Amino acid sequence: MRILVCVKRVPAPGAKILVTEDGQDVDAAHLGFTTSPHEECALEEAVQIAEREGGEVTVLTLGEAAAEEQLRYAASVGAHNAVLIPTDGEPWDPQRTARAISQAITDLEAADGAFDLILFGNESADSGGFQVGVRCAYALGRPIVNGIKGIEFADGVASARREIDGGYEVYEVPLPAVFGVKEGINLPRYPTMKGRLASKKVEVASMELQADSGGLARVRLHRPEEQVSETVILGTGADAAGAVCDLLEELGVL
Amino acid sequence: MTLLVVLEHDRGDLADASLEALTAGRGLAAANGWPMHAVIVGANGENLASDAAKYGAEVSHVVGHDMLVDFGPEAWGESVAQLARSIDAGAVMASGTERGNEVLAQIAARLDEPFVANCVTVTPGDPWEITRVQWGGSLLEDTTLVAGMKLLTYGHHSLEPSPADSAGDGSTIAFTPELDATLARTIVQDRTVLTKGVTLATAPVVVSGGRGVGSAEGFGPLEELAELLGGRVGCSRAVTNNGWRPHSDQVGQTGTRIAPEIYIATGISGAIQHWVGAMASKNILAINTDAEANMVVKAGHAVIADLHQVVPAIIDEVKKRKGLA
Repeated sequence: MRILVCVKRVPAPGAKILVTEDGQDVDAAHLGFTTSPHEECALEEAVQIAEREGGEVTVLTLGEAAAEEQLRYAASVGAHNAVLIPTDGEPWDPQRTARAISQAITDLEAADGAFDLILFGNESADSGGFQVGVRCAYALGRPIVNGIKGIEFADGVASARREIDGGYEVYEVPLPAVFGVKEGINLPRYPTMKGRLASKKVEVASMELQADSGGLARVRLHRPEEQVSETVILGTGADAAGAVCDLLEELGVL
Repeated sequence: MTLLVVLEHDRGDLADASLEALTAGRGLAAANGWPMHAVIVGANGENLASDAAKYGAEVSHVVGHDMLVDFGPEAWGESVAQLARSIDAGAVMASGTERGNEVLAQIAARLDEPFVANCVTVTPGDPWEITRVQWGGSLLEDTTLVAGMKLLTYGHHSLEPSPADSAGDGSTIAFTPELDATLARTIVQDRTVLTKGVTLATAPVVVSGGRGVGSAEGFGPLEELAELLGGRVGCSRAVTNNGWRPHSDQVGQTGTRIAPEIYIATGISGAIQHWVGAMASKNILAINTDAEANMVVKAGHAVIADLHQVVPAIIDEVKKRKGLA
């Protein structure tokens, strides 16, 4: 099975997230970078499927040159091929991003054959636009379902599970198919030393692509106004139980 | 021009989030001087027209087709896109739920228009000025929107639903889309409900544990407390990454967004990823040994102590007050 996974490089914030002075981006001066969590799980799923069903995993990202770090990471946990669509570092809007990725997929398939399965993250951790995967699938004329937390195959059909409140629903989607994957579909592995070493040798293919911008233009990022409220300390030990129960009664839940 | 609000339901069971969408849509329609219409796709949808009217929809478009019984993102997106085109809608919106965002993305792909997910404020003009959520709510993005048809979702839990001062009369217009048979490929085939009654997303009380709980077994007392209060157990991402709880219990940006009456967060430091899933809670009680933890600083109430001592004491006190001990 030929599988493509599309990932995004995002900052890894801890307890607080800061914005640059011009308001155009997250201030990542003191932050590391990571693969957006849903996509990290999409990658793990692709590698597991290839291990189970046989096949090859290609990982693709659109971003600044530094995004090579996430491609090498993907290679260190089992991706076979890596593709970078370089940008100038400015954030691309969702339509522009989807146009470039769709074009890249078309070109990759023309060269090496169609992908049976294409996985995206359900939404990126940073901009959270909820649309690039859907736009690409539509451009390629392929089915897509989002929110997927389980995929199995039988007779050219992917049986995909999606979580709903208190349960799940099942879709039976013929291949080739595209899915938006959510964290929880698996627990991503950590790279082994052998994997890390091997990833250094993987060739990262660069695809220079231009695409028209869409109708959304960022003005600025800012932090929401925080409601500053004093925390009421109900106690410092087991003897706080009475005060906690008073609060629960006051709120009508006890 | 018209503002269309897509309602989310399963065979006539309306999602609460859709009432938020109607409430937000009413304001946006008024700001444009447009009427608000509801769109109801799928089986038994006509029963929802009276709810839509109560929240200010002038008319409900009931979209019917043999293929439109259960949810299917492609078939729903194609149907609403055809309806929006046929009435020359000025904007289409929904609540920013999983399905709401998915259907709007499908419409956007089909019409090749921009789509703005999880808006907080929308100001029509030239161009439209929008504030939307990034990082699950840790940051806001001001953006301008230039589009033929405006496509957007409102962030779920970003406002309280309220009925309109003057309700519509509940009238409906039937619409039958032309759907290619291939779109059946993404329609729900089966549905399994594992949890009856309150779920993590809807529970009035959520008792959550983080790294500080220390082990899978450590969640026993949290389970007991949640059950006594008619609530559910939640957890942080560190806990699911350690395999102590299933991912379906995870509260956070990549887990479940909750809005309970009270969120009891024990042994949770409150990293951004977790906080944005819990911040819509009406009240937060943090139990943590670290008085400087982000969760403690942001909570309305806190107990600065070891959860392994405090939680059993709370259980005893709750039992006493309920006459169980």
